[in-house]
Amino acid sequence: MRTTLVKTLIELAEKEEKIFVITPDLGFSVWEEFERRFPERFLNVGIAEANAIGIATGLSLCGKIVYVYSIIPFVTMRPFEQIRIELAYMKTNVRIVGVGAGVTYGAQGATHHAIEDIAIMRALPNMLIFSPCDPWEVEQGVRASLNYEGPIYFRLGKKGEPVITPVGNSFSFGRANVIRRGRDVYILFTGNIADEVVKLYSLLESKGISAEVVSMHTLKPFDYEYLDKILKTGNPVFTIEEHSIIGGLGSIVAEYIAEAGYKVRFKRFGIPDQYAHWVGSQKYIRERFGLLAEKMFGKICEYLK
Amino acid sequence: MNYLDLSKIVQDIRRNILYMNNRGRASHTGSALSIVELLVVLYFKILRIDPENPYKSNRDRFILSKAHASAALYAVLAKRGFFSEEWLKKFHVDGGMLPGHLDKTSAPGIEVSAGSLGHGLSIGIGMALAGKLDKSDYKVYVLCGDGEINEGSIWEGILFAGAKKLDNLTLIIDYNKWQAYGRTNEVINLEPLSLKLKSFNWYPVEIDGHSFEEIEDALNLKVSQPKAIIAHTIKGKGISFMEDRLEWHYKSPSEEELKKALEELE
Repeated sequence: MRTTLVKTLIELAEKEEKIFVITPDLGFSVWEEFERRFPERFLNVGIAEANAIGIATGLSLCGKIVYVYSIIPFVTMRPFEQIRIELAYMKTNVRIVGVGAGVTYGAQGATHHAIEDIAIMRALPNMLIFSPCDPWEVEQGVRASLNYEGPIYFRLGKKGEPVITPVGNSFSFGRANVIRRGRDVYILFTGNIADEVVKLYSLLESKGISAEVVSMHTLKPFDYEYLDKILKTGNPVFTIEEHSIIGGLGSIVAEYIAEAGYKVRFKRFGIPDQYAHWVGSQKYIRERFGLLAEKMFGKICEYLK
Repeated sequence: MNYLDLSKIVQDIRRNILYMNNRGRASHTGSALSIVELLVVLYFKILRIDPENPYKSNRDRFILSKAHASAALYAVLAKRGFFSEEWLKKFHVDGGMLPGHLDKTSAPGIEVSAGSLGHGLSIGIGMALAGKLDKSDYKVYVLCGDGEINEGSIWEGILFAGAKKLDNLTLIIDYNKWQAYGRTNEVINLEPLSLKLKSFNWYPVEIDGHSFEEIEDALNLKVSQPKAIIAHTIKGKGISFMEDRLEWHYKSPSEEELKKALEELE
């Protein structure tokens, strides 16, 4: 995802001079090509995230479209109040690009995990939250970000994710992206948990369960139209995200179901309300949190009995 | 415009601040009164701005980072013609137009929304960088409070701007010696402030923040670094019973206090 973002930005920056990139000293071996091609539009402000957001705001108030890149907790939570006033309240064209969604940073420890970011960013009026599941969505999102007025939060994994979106799908912010068509159950997911979701789809298929798998890449504004459509079928709905079950995709869907009054079978998969004190890879920590495909498959089968 | 004219404007602004804070039952009266001369010199002698065309791309930018002193900025913007002085009656009241802290959508001439301390300098740095990038010769001025520089984000900005030699950026510190809980240098000592700024590669100038001449000279001084104007001021300046009194960070003038204060300004 990261590579696609940088590649797309380089392509766009050739034509669009307003594009500017800021990093608070992260992105070694990521941004060199951009920096070489556009040295005047790349700025390492040093390890100072509040200053990074402020500078981005000042540049955007003078007409630039500014992408601020770092690891999610550092670029969302450390300067949160800067984001609140300078991006959300003032509705500036700053794009926060956070890498390391969920437990991507695995054994680096919970300081680097991002499990509360959707919840806190979602509470900000005017903030668009974009949580792509594959490089195709990343590319589309970066392109769309050029013509979007207001702040955007990009919640990215890291690198090496495969494209899972079928050829021919169309994209716009705020619209669900159907990855696999199905008729028995609905699996709504967001972001970097895509690999487990694809496995889960196959496991369900092998058991004769036809799942519709949908990437909810824009968590805000959310595609309630699509959600309402699937709830009307009365089929079970599952949400999957590498984020706390508090305040993320599962919460968004739960809130809607509760108020709309649908009697539908519904279950959330996400990170329970706790930090990971275990040491291990992303896969290992997913396993501890019950987020591997096999585990979710078992739970879904049990639930559907 | 000579200093006699500026004096008259300053008196009008002070009167308006008192009326506004009385009508709106607004606090921060002393905080607004301490920056009146600074704002008047900026808006009537220094800033390249056009009230008829407030968003011209090559305008100078002024950011009031200590946005709790908004009454002073509103009064100055109105006097300078950015909007009608009638709007001042709509400060900090139900159904009003001008909030206690700044909302850039509320009126022309307000460059940034602000109210939480420690935001303005970094935004000003971004604007200064944009000016360099676009080869525009506008200048950026940020006014912050002395207590405000307790904020860590201010020092991130000071470190950065000094390192990048941003000579189109000026930080004005309203050094009125009071912050919310007490004497600035008793809450947390800022001194030696000038030396600190110098050691961060800024060009510091210390002035009397109520002297037109010193303010104008400091603002016009050409240097090849970011400039920090440490403006020694008096909180509540101009009204004897408000001067150097912390309570006027919080109080709004009653009818009687308003009357008394206005008499002092005649």
